[in-house]
Amino acid sequence: MRSNKRIVATIAHRAAILCYVAFALFPLFWVLKISVTPNDLLYSEGVRLWPSRAVFDHFDFVIRHSDFPLFFRNSMIVSLSTAVIVTILSSLGGYAMSRFSFRGKFWIVGLMLLTQMFPLVMLIAPIFKILSPLGLTNSLSGLVLVYVAFNVPFATFLMQSFFDGIPKDLEEAAMIDGATRFMAFRQIILPLTLPGMAATLGFVFTAAWSELLFALMLISGVDASTFPVGLLSFVSKFSVDFGQMMAAGVLALIPACLFFFFIQRYLVQGLTAGAVKG
Amino acid sequence: MTEAVNAAPYGRDRRPFLRRLASASEPYLYSAPALILIVTVMLVPLVIGISYAFRDITLLDPFSGGFIGLDHFRALAKDKTFWQALKNTVYWTGYSVALQFCLGLILALLLDKPFRGRGLAQALCFLPWAVPSFLSGLNWAMLFNPIVGPIPHWLFGLGLMDAPDNLLSSPDHAMWGPIIANVWWGIPFFAITLLAALQSIPRDLYEAAAIDGATPFQRFRSITLPFLAPTIAITVMLRTVWIANFADLIVVMTNGGPADRTQIVASYIFTTAFRRLDFGYASAIAMVLLALLLVYSMLIVLLRQTLLRER
Amino acid sequence: MASIDIKDVRKAYGSVKILHGVDLTIQDGEFVVLVGPSGCGKSTLLRMIAGLEDISAGEIKIGGKRVNELDPKDRDIAMVFQSYALYPHMTVAGNMSYSLRLRKTAKEKIASAISGAAEKLSLTPLMERRPKALSGGQRQRVAMGRAIVRSPKAFLFDEPLSNLDARLREHMRGEIKKLHQDLGATSIYVTHDQIEAMTLADRIVAMNAGIVQQVGSPLDLYDRPANLFVAGFMGSPAMNMFEGTYRATDGAPRVELGQGVTVALAGPASTADGARVTLGIRPEHVVVGKNEPESIPAQIDLVEPTGFGTILHANAFGSDVKAFSLERGLAARGDTVSVSFPVERIHLFDTTTGSRIG
Ligand SMILES: Nc1ncnc2c1ncn2[C@@H]1O[C@H](COP(=O)(O)OP(=O)(O)O)[C@@H](O)[C@H]1O
Ligand SMILES: [Mg+2]
Repeated sequence: MRSNKRIVATIAHRAAILCYVAFALFPLFWVLKISVTPNDLLYSEGVRLWPSRAVFDHFDFVIRHSDFPLFFRNSMIVSLSTAVIVTILSSLGGYAMSRFSFRGKFWIVGLMLLTQMFPLVMLIAPIFKILSPLGLTNSLSGLVLVYVAFNVPFATFLMQSFFDGIPKDLEEAAMIDGATRFMAFRQIILPLTLPGMAATLGFVFTAAWSELLFALMLISGVDASTFPVGLLSFVSKFSVDFGQMMAAGVLALIPACLFFFFIQRYLVQGLTAGAVKG
Repeated sequence: MTEAVNAAPYGRDRRPFLRRLASASEPYLYSAPALILIVTVMLVPLVIGISYAFRDITLLDPFSGGFIGLDHFRALAKDKTFWQALKNTVYWTGYSVALQFCLGLILALLLDKPFRGRGLAQALCFLPWAVPSFLSGLNWAMLFNPIVGPIPHWLFGLGLMDAPDNLLSSPDHAMWGPIIANVWWGIPFFAITLLAALQSIPRDLYEAAAIDGATPFQRFRSITLPFLAPTIAITVMLRTVWIANFADLIVVMTNGGPADRTQIVASYIFTTAFRRLDFGYASAIAMVLLALLLVYSMLIVLLRQTLLRER
Repeated sequence: MASIDIKDVRKAYGSVKILHGVDLTIQDGEFVVLVGPSGCGKSTLLRMIAGLEDISAGEIKIGGKRVNELDPKDRDIAMVFQSYALYPHMTVAGNMSYSLRLRKTAKEKIASAISGAAEKLSLTPLMERRPKALSGGQRQRVAMGRAIVRSPKAFLFDEPLSNLDARLREHMRGEIKKLHQDLGATSIYVTHDQIEAMTLADRIVAMNAGIVQQVGSPLDLYDRPANLFVAGFMGSPAMNMFEGTYRATDGAPRVELGQGVTVALAGPASTADGARVTLGIRPEHVVVGKNEPESIPAQIDLVEPTGFGTILHANAFGSDVKAFSLERGLAARGDTVSVSFPVERIHLFDTTTGSRIG
């Protein structure tokens, strides 16, 4: 009796997990399916789980004859630069938050929390107005500047949590061994936080890679378009070619997924640091 | 020689001061770059944005820019779209948070049990979190599209729909499109935070309760829930604010349509700024949203305090 | 190597005062142990000497040179932390050579210095390991090795043995003492363990609540504690303390302990007749069982054999009297015995001020 009940419970548990996995993966699977469905089968085999003939024509077209490689490159430049700059700035800031107690700390933390609380859409108009006379609209650097500022507060909290995990004794020992505080930071603490910095890099990259609204507002030309902007203009401008759109989508998904598996271990820490960010 | 002798006492007096200055400014030096960026790119625009709410600022109109007092707010009070958007925001936020939370909690409870392949299952279940929001929007828009997506046909097959139509173009139900996409995208967030909280509950508590004869449901009610309560309270509150501001999915999937039935306040701000280029009006709406969110946060804090006091 | 002078050093965190004026001179080559209960400010004082904490007031000199304004790196001292603070990403050799590399010492010199230190501490086979792959005792030795490679002016130890188990602690205590006898380096050693203090120190500094209570050789502190705190802190089992009234009339100084029990003193105390005093006597000095003229009747409440000897708890004149004896089977629970306090072993303190009066 008891063991029967146990087996039923186990089966129910696995079935439930399977449902979640299916729900999580099905939409992504559909993207993949559409991206390999040839145009002539797209409508006739609309609900089939896999087309009777799978082709890579859409990928071929997107990579060789469209602007997407350019968008991809732009997105890479923007996301990587943002991630690198944010990681450096937040390492410095997080270190200060973790290691010093100073009078301004309360206010700095307050300021950073505030930036996490108000709707960023509020800033769309004023930021456009400020950047436009500086020639920073329609430019990748302008986008990087904005993304860096948006991501620094959360990344600082995240880095602080990583620094908090490293005993203070270590840098004191280094200072007694003859290092300045900055040398102790660089030679002892930084090497130990490398995994944390990599995680921060991954989080910020993912966030910058996904950002849509500010990119739409600040970028208008094709030359500086990032992936989301390119993909959306694709939707609105032409009669939608689903196959090509989804092939581009698969390409956009690749770096995001790579970084996801890379930062998986740190998800909990990252989400608590940026509970507001998502 | 004499100079050196004279300089010595000075040097001794001045060094402690310089030292003190150097050590006092050190933390600020470390955090300065981040701070400067935050202030110039977020705080200054915030203040400027608030001032826009009282000015007539339209991007392409060279004669705009004048101070118009509360005109925007008066217009806002009569703006049907705005009131509709406000209602939609409550609807969108309420359902999204509730569903994300419930499904996230269940997923966390499922993943809290050890089983073979848990690591993989966990990674796959959390994967939607990494999908860029614009892509999940496009993805779900496609799934709801009767030409290339399966969902309308399924709904039709189940008898829930009279014909395999696009849910996103039905004025009465269109909001469910973005909500479902949002739930899919947001479950991992709740599951991850709740799972972390679950795993910090000491296991021997469950063992003690089991020895005392508590049923699984009693154990859940008397151990799990009280332990999770603080995490639940804080994540739900923060997440509510975040989702109320989250316009990406709506902009991508429906752009507010049909007939503004899916327009939420955040997407309305974006549309006003981005398509109508009416920065003044957009800022006015944004200020109202900010005020509402502040009131909401205050209420939550007050509620929390009264609840704590009653304990 | 150098002497260390500490003059009226004070420390406050905001308005909370931690150290209330410490004066101490440590001779070149001396091994000084700071001992006191946890939270009394030992670490704070040590960290001020190291330069890890600012000095709120007063002056610290190392080798005759004021160091208040110097950064830790310029003070040329070495420190062993309770947590060992080994650099996890460096090998044992890397940990030990870090300070020399920072000083841009020549490669050959570094190699010979660390191999010498490794030999002294029998670390030679472990040189390429990471700290994670070492046992607690090995880590402790690496921490010591890191300190001795560069012959600093002084060694500072902050409870270096507290994270080891009892047996290893005893062993390392011996190693540290040998090492000091070898190197003859000026050392300041912080501990809350009075046995460590007794066994290691040339001189002990007993501290309590941010105030130095007594400075002296281990046996000084043991035999002539300057006040109630030192008397109670040093020695295990702890000293017996009985409150009473001092009587000096008719030329026979004595203490009345209550219930008609009076204990004679060897000589007059520096206080007035009728003063409240505390009489102290170490358990190993309490004599049990002999019917001497001054003996006091007592009943055995509890017998604690330690293997090495026996601790007897006896009830006499309404107080608990502890006696330690090397003899076994001296008495059993419930026995009525007599106890006596040899006059030359009695310590007398003023109950209100706590200081020694005879
Ligand atoms: N950074 C600090 N801020 C405030 N109080 C401190 C700080 N560091 C230590 N203290 C206090 O100073 C007192 C002495 O600490 P410490 O020197 O570490 O004692 P111990 O003798 O155990 O080594 C303790 O009461 C401790 O709480
Ligand atoms: Mg201490």
